[in-house]
Amino acid sequence: MTRGAGDLMDYRVTIGLETHVQLKTQTKIWCGCRNRFGQPPNTDVCPVCLGYPGTLPVLNRESVRLTVMAGLMLGCRINERSTFDRKSYFYPDMPKNYQISQYDEPLCLGGRLEIEVNGRKKSIGITRIHLEEDVGKSIHYEQSSGVDFNRAGTPLMEIVSEPEIESADEAFAYLTALKQVLLYGGISDCNLEEGNIRSDINCSVRPVEREELGTKIEIKNMNTFRGVHRSLVYEISRQINVLNDGGSISQETRRWNDETGVTEAMRTKEYAHDYRYFPEPDLMPVVLTREQIEGWRATIPELPGDRRARFVREYGLSEYDAGVLSADRNVADYYEEAARASGHFKAVSNWIMTDMLHAMSEGAIPIQEVKITPGALAGLIDLVDRQVINRPSAKRVFTILFEKGGNPADIVEQEGLSQVRDTESLETYIDEAITAHPQSVSDYRSGKKAALKFLVGQVMRLSKGKADPQMALEMLRERLDTG
Amino acid sequence: MMAQESSKNTRHIDVAYVAQLARMQLSDKEVPLFQDQLNHILHHVDTLMRLDVDDVEPTSHPFPGENVYRDDEPREGLAHEAAMKNAPKTRAGFYVVPKILE
Ligand SMILES: [Zn+2]
Repeated sequence: MTRGAGDLMDYRVTIGLETHVQLKTQTKIWCGCRNRFGQPPNTDVCPVCLGYPGTLPVLNRESVRLTVMAGLMLGCRINERSTFDRKSYFYPDMPKNYQISQYDEPLCLGGRLEIEVNGRKKSIGITRIHLEEDVGKSIHYEQSSGVDFNRAGTPLMEIVSEPEIESADEAFAYLTALKQVLLYGGISDCNLEEGNIRSDINCSVRPVEREELGTKIEIKNMNTFRGVHRSLVYEISRQINVLNDGGSISQETRRWNDETGVTEAMRTKEYAHDYRYFPEPDLMPVVLTREQIEGWRATIPELPGDRRARFVREYGLSEYDAGVLSADRNVADYYEEAARASGHFKAVSNWIMTDMLHAMSEGAIPIQEVKITPGALAGLIDLVDRQVINRPSAKRVFTILFEKGGNPADIVEQEGLSQVRDTESLETYIDEAITAHPQSVSDYRSGKKAALKFLVGQVMRLSKGKADPQMALEMLRERLDTG
Repeated sequence: MMAQESSKNTRHIDVAYVAQLARMQLSDKEVPLFQDQLNHILHHVDTLMRLDVDDVEPTSHPFPGENVYRDDEPREGLAHEAAMKNAPKTRAGFYVVPKILE
């Protein structure tokens, strides 16, 4: 039997991700230099992070807490005793010629992350999380390279997944869910443009009928989730094609070329490492007490998945709406505050899901910087509910609130947007509309019901959009049917 | 990535290989010289290995102690000029090194 070329159905895909996450601390992991992005090269440096001989690292307490928090949020076991090790290698961006990492006693072991792909829920195992230091950054000139050590010594957490990811979509969902959890916990800013999250991918394929795993390919240093997805789509089909053609996969490290959209083999020499891990003599073990760990556990915020379920339960939102609103902790906080202030849970959700998120993405404004407060949104919804303003006016008020902030009632006042609901004023507009459009009147009377809609439109136009359209419709119908 | 642990065998040190890992250039004469010296050290380790240490806790650190931390508070580092002062070559604030093969 021959296989169809590249037929995914005949193969099983096995993917594991090693994800490096920069922690949100004020300072670096071993020294008091600032942990921040975008400074001129080699300005956030000191003898420690430049690897000068004779200097000693001192562990940043906060980096331990953040790593343990991440572990707790991912359901890991926290090692009460944890140690650091030296990983030796030579590269110009690593000034000490070794990276301090954790080898056999990491801070966190065993955890799980829930993902959802096409409505199917799945749980991916977390093998371990350890704490290490980031390296410097290099840029390349014609004949030489330049090194900036501002990033060197940034606290970096490596989260290793079990090889339980089975498609490019699942890998993408895993990273998205991971980012959500880390943002919820305030562990990292998770800013991909600034390189806060970088992943190494391990990927192999094997015929469905085979038990043992296929040969593993590593793809190094992916800094976007989209890149991870694209490189996996490419790599999975490449490996399947090789196997279909009767070839075999040899273990190697590949590099994703984002421009050409292919993975390329790296030369063997470039990744042939023998790290010679050994215990770091300059750092003492980290020993955490039960009380300390439980104290941190008590500060874990509600996880995104739990919050989503609660939004469905408590506010009667659809799964979809609850998912969108809980995806970002700040959006979720905003929703809850506005929903509680308003009581109209569904209306608040609708405003945020449509007008708010749209305006935010248009202006690339995060919800924390939005000028309309949750209380103002609740107030606006109340004005619509009490029929003080109609829908089109409410949209105008929203736009003004979004741009300038303020009190919705004041804006309605200033802009003269109060809905016209007194019969006398409406009669005036109706008279005017009927006089101006006798044809529509006779059309309606001869059975063309659509003409009524046109006349309501005229009333709205004459009232500059302030008439209550429902009242105008009823009054017009009564006038035409009886007149 | 977790390293593949190589050279599990402590009874032999491949001097040429280790020198290459450590980016040390050894002459043809030095390789056997160091090989011999390191073999002596290993021989001594072998002697130690004969001790009965079943009741002894493994030690990875010469000093007792744990939990040495600093608070997450910024401290003044090196001024940029000072940091660059001893660099053989710089360019636009970067340290210049021989071309890195990515
Ligand atoms: Zn420093």
